[in-house]
Amino acid sequence: MLSIFKIVLYTAYMQTIPLNTDSSPDAVLELLFKLKVKDVMTQGVFTASPQNTIREIQLLMKRSRVTGVPIIHEDRTIAGIISMEDIVNGFDNGWMQDTAEQHMTKKVIVMQESMPVSFCVTYFNRYRFGRFPVVDKDSHLTGIVTTTDVISALLVAMNKEVERLEKQQTEPGKTTEKANTSAKTDVIPSCCAESLHDGSAAEKVLEFQTEPFNFETAGHASTEIKKRLKAVNTDPALTRRIGIASYELEINQVVHSEGGVMRYIITPEKLIIEAADTGPGIPDIAKALTEGFSTATDKVRALGFGAGMGLPNTRRVSDFFDISSDLAHGTVVHAVFMLKPQQDGSQ
Amino acid sequence: MKISELAIAFDLKVLQSEYTDGDVTSAYTSDLLSDVMGNAPDECIIITIQAHKNTVAVATLKDSPAIIVCNNRPVPQDMLDAAASEHIAVFVSNENQFTISGKLYAVLA
Repeated sequence: MLSIFKIVLYTAYMQTIPLNTDSSPDAVLELLFKLKVKDVMTQGVFTASPQNTIREIQLLMKRSRVTGVPIIHEDRTIAGIISMEDIVNGFDNGWMQDTAEQHMTKKVIVMQESMPVSFCVTYFNRYRFGRFPVVDKDSHLTGIVTTTDVISALLVAMNKEVERLEKQQTEPGKTTEKANTSAKTDVIPSCCAESLHDGSAAEKVLEFQTEPFNFETAGHASTEIKKRLKAVNTDPALTRRIGIASYELEINQVVHSEGGVMRYIITPEKLIIEAADTGPGIPDIAKALTEGFSTATDKVRALGFGAGMGLPNTRRVSDFFDISSDLAHGTVVHAVFMLKPQQDGSQ
Repeated sequence: MKISELAIAFDLKVLQSEYTDGDVTSAYTSDLLSDVMGNAPDECIIITIQAHKNTVAVATLKDSPAIIVCNNRPVPQDMLDAAASEHIAVFVSNENQFTISGKLYAVLA
């Protein structure tokens, strides 16, 4: 039986990923945390059952040009894995007609779909396996991730990021965006903490982190921002509108996202709420903006949310509103409020 | 009618009494917090069975002076603590939302 120590064969065709998950540049670290295993994995996986023979699996590998086959039960939970080395051992020891169950590696190291890609890098470098099966939260096999998957996904993401950074350098006009990126890197280690940044002149940026299903801290950002507005004698009706938009967006992150940042950019003219989460993204934005449409769970509904009013409420109270979302990177919502009295009255 | 008169008038139990007293101007009955945020008038009393911290957050955003929890729903301490720090009164009633709303409506109308 194959143990994790008998992996001499792998090293011949298996590479490590030369990325340091502690001290790489911030932009790279951010990608490693933002990208999830499910974004990079291969979804169509060749599998076999524990009753298949080693010979059958060898033919499957040959035909489909793969070097490892997860062995799964009928309910798609993982029983083991057969790799090239098991096939070689099968030829060597004459057990090609035995079943997979008899010779597969049973202690399989798997990855969760929702883990950040940084875990992949660490796992590949630590265990020196060529692949890890990927499971969902119910332990069902949903894909497989190889070093090639990770490296190509990272290359694509890095290209995009470099393109964005280059673009930003050539268009220095957008001061708020610049402030955001500089703020982002600061905020990563300070989970749930507030940080005050000096952006461009007379621009203040406040940031708060949200966590999935943490209703304890939900509302913290909104009550804090409301207090600050009150302290500088902002019009109470305007303050309430900002508070409502902020709270709805905050609750959305807590209920629907894998966590995110509530960012408040305050200039003398306006206040911009930027709610940016790290996923999973909204498949149909038009639907999400329809009053009454909701994907919330019963638990969320029991707390009085999930009525499909969050985004419509936010849009209604904002002076300007925009939302963009993609399934790979998550959702960003902007709600803008004009602070000058002449702009008043959008309600 | 003042907030401090609500308890006696409608036989409510006062669970959180650190609040700023004032006139009751309006009320809104809903168990959907998003609905309260979207549709309730500002500074209204909130009548609900949602007895948790998030109700206080919504009340704060609406500048509501008081929350009436109906059907004798148990109110957790963290909700009361949050309400105290925001100076929002919390009452509990053994009647349902319909009955409390009806009684209050008669007084305010």
